[in-house]
Amino acid sequence: MNAAATEADHHHGPAPGLMRWVTTTNHKDIGTLYLWFSFIMFFIGGLMALIIRSELFQPGLTIVDPHFFNQMTTMHALIMIFGVVMPAFVGLANWMLPIMVGAPDMALPRMNNWSFWILPFGFGIMLSTLFMDGGGPAAGWTLYPPLSLQTGDAFPYLIFSIHMLGVSSIMGAINIVATIMNLRAPGMTFMKMPLFVWTWFITAYLLIAVMPVLAGAVTMLLTDKFFGTSFFNAAGGGDPVMFQHIFWFFGHPEVYILILPSFGLVSEIIPTFSRKRLFGYSSMVYATASIAFLSFIVWAHHMFTVGMPLTGELFFMFTTMLIAVPTGVKVFNWVSTMWRGAMTFETPMLFALGFVVMFTIGGFSGLMLAMTPIDFQYHDTYFVVAHFHYVLVPGAIFGIIAGVYYWLPKWTGNMYNETLGKWHFWTSTVFVNILFFPMHFVGLAGMPRRIPDYAVQFADFNAIATIGAFGFGFSQILLLVLVIKCIRGGDKATDQVWEGAQGLEWTLSSPPPYHSFSVQPVIK
Amino acid sequence: MKNIQRVPGALLGAILLVLSGSALADWQLNLTEGVTEISREVYDMHMMVLWICVVIGVLVFGAMFYSILKHRKSQGAVPATFHESMVAEVGWTVVPFVILIVMALPAAKALIKMEDSSNSDITIKVTGHQWKWEYEYVDSGVHFFSSLDTASREAGVKNSGVDVNSVENYLLDVDNRIIVPVGKKIRFLLTSNDVIHAWWVPAFAIKKDAIPGYINEMWTNIDEEGVYRGQCAELCGKDHGYMPIVVEAVSEERYNEWVGEQIAAAEAEANSADKKWAMDDLMARGESVYATACAACHQANGQGIPGVFPGLVDSPIALGDVKAHIDIVLNGKAGTAMQAFGAQLSDVDAAAIVTYERNAWGNDTGDVVQPSEIKELR
Repeated sequence: MNAAATEADHHHGPAPGLMRWVTTTNHKDIGTLYLWFSFIMFFIGGLMALIIRSELFQPGLTIVDPHFFNQMTTMHALIMIFGVVMPAFVGLANWMLPIMVGAPDMALPRMNNWSFWILPFGFGIMLSTLFMDGGGPAAGWTLYPPLSLQTGDAFPYLIFSIHMLGVSSIMGAINIVATIMNLRAPGMTFMKMPLFVWTWFITAYLLIAVMPVLAGAVTMLLTDKFFGTSFFNAAGGGDPVMFQHIFWFFGHPEVYILILPSFGLVSEIIPTFSRKRLFGYSSMVYATASIAFLSFIVWAHHMFTVGMPLTGELFFMFTTMLIAVPTGVKVFNWVSTMWRGAMTFETPMLFALGFVVMFTIGGFSGLMLAMTPIDFQYHDTYFVVAHFHYVLVPGAIFGIIAGVYYWLPKWTGNMYNETLGKWHFWTSTVFVNILFFPMHFVGLAGMPRRIPDYAVQFADFNAIATIGAFGFGFSQILLLVLVIKCIRGGDKATDQVWEGAQGLEWTLSSPPPYHSFSVQPVIK
Repeated sequence: MKNIQRVPGALLGAILLVLSGSALADWQLNLTEGVTEISREVYDMHMMVLWICVVIGVLVFGAMFYSILKHRKSQGAVPATFHESMVAEVGWTVVPFVILIVMALPAAKALIKMEDSSNSDITIKVTGHQWKWEYEYVDSGVHFFSSLDTASREAGVKNSGVDVNSVENYLLDVDNRIIVPVGKKIRFLLTSNDVIHAWWVPAFAIKKDAIPGYINEMWTNIDEEGVYRGQCAELCGKDHGYMPIVVEAVSEERYNEWVGEQIAAAEAEANSADKKWAMDDLMARGESVYATACAACHQANGQGIPGVFPGLVDSPIALGDVKAHIDIVLNGKAGTAMQAFGAQLSDVDAAAIVTYERNAWGNDTGDVVQPSEIKELR
């Protein structure tokens, strides 16, 4: 490279001051923005969870009114799904995908800026509804009509904010597809891509396929409420159950959007700390693709109680049970990767192992829920709440945290404090189980979900769960402290960081240069 | 090493022992076995799947923890280099598939049975309302509403000063139970008047949504006399947690007796609408009917919830034209949560409510509305 070109590179460094973050088109800056945004929303959504758990600490209405309670459950879900897990994945993708495929940046950098900056405005609108006449949305994040049509002034703002989040997700997904398709280093064939790249590639297609479906569903709600249509109004010839079919046609692939990238993260981390290649790479790819395909034909298992015809119930039961096969393949592959490796247990590995165990517990309850005749007992009880929190919190979120620990030294150039990291893992793991495991019991004993007050026989386990919730919530402050400390200093990280790590990200310096690969590496 | 291996196994065993045993009353851990043939079948299937999951879990986690203990660098482990095995990968695709088929067959059989509600002896139409249940015995014409009982309602509000632990069957008791005979096939027809609700009694292992514009079907056949409690299981708004279900299963003789009593009571109620009522009687009755029919939204103090449910104190409806007031009570207001109460209130109840609303909380219009006026405007 001649001197003039080097000079030009320097002019492409970050803009000074705050405008760096507003105008940036750099994949690392945008990744950082996404991750911090998600982290802030994690605490906001967590605060709502703590309000919910505080009310449920004891029987009897003690802190909030039922209407506000419903607003909290609804907003907690919307924020955790759209504001925490999805942006965190996109943040990790922004930071790492270009580096992992050997590219200088994302394929569409200006759109990248736009897709991030829509988010704070979308959530600003959504959160502002809490202060409107009639309060925020209170019909559950699933927005089932006719109940959701009883929402007050918040309704059009809610729909608009969901549209904005959808636009942001679709743009992010298009960018990821474009980057993976076009910017891979020479020699990196599809079947040589790291698993995190593969799972995100498939996730991006799921997003492009289903986010417009959600947009359509909420737009129909909007016209039903304000323009006199009757899509979901039985009195006008519409069908309230049709909304549920459309919603879950989005909603079930969405479930896999929330977990597939975590599968990818764990598939990166376990081989590194086992010092052994990932077992069954190609079966991992095919399993991910199968799960994605199956996710489109299982949606009605969320609605076994709506009164579907018998044949429909049988079909959705069988397809849902089938998901256990590729999911099982993944778990077996992870365990086989560890088998006869030479393991060490740094914090990312601990979170990855926690993921495998607790996600599998969530998978087991998922299998139980798949069986229609017994689902009638589980449906809309705390058993379901326990199930999806097991796959989402010690599942998806543990995966994200594992990824953050794994790459934090690469991002900052400093090692994080391992002792603090281990404290974070053990407190999180102990409390997350105190929080969610008792929910299986109250659910089986007959406690419905989404109720602000309950019969006294459910009191003991609810009190235990609330203690777990506060413990888990406060444990996350450790992560905040750890990340800030790591950004500000610490032992210098080597380029390799982890002894057993493989992949292009470890060939770059820690922290990597502002433009990742200005010369494409060649994969042999 | 053997000892270390035993620890997780023993722990799991202890957890399972607790899981499968019938637990202490306040620490119910497991699904109820219930009181019908179907509910016992469902319970057995639940236990079967649970045990299959436990066995798979013990194997997978056992292998994983063995590996974690033995294959660590600090123990001097040297990583192996294998990274695929056709035999293993085909094996753990095919074996789970076979296990799934073993699970799916009895499930399909049970489902077919559960969805067959033909040849029923009694049909009860269940209509969900925000936030109470309406029951109509299609064969005998018995018809009534069932709402949360007063004791729970009063103890359940914020700062009620009542210890809810002292309320018997807190949130699980109603003013009017549904009475059904044992040993008869009872068919439920489910629909809704407003939003989606779900009718669920765990002891029968049946749950189905009540959806406006739909009539869903399900059935049960109860073996043992007793009182069985359940709750609404689909988020239906503010008071979703406050619309329980209480079913009392009795002998056939007692059931027939009860049906007779209900029919006689309904006739007496219809007759009382023709007499002239005194204001005090209407106010007294109005207060209690208001508490079950209106207070959930408009609140016991008539203030409503700002922005969600309008207040009635000094409202133009309660102070204005009497006929307009009766009209909104009987026919509701389109496009709002104010439903038509005409079908669920007798002439006397409607008259009492309107009288009460026009004179309570300092509204003091002095208007007395007679049941005969309601009758005319229906």
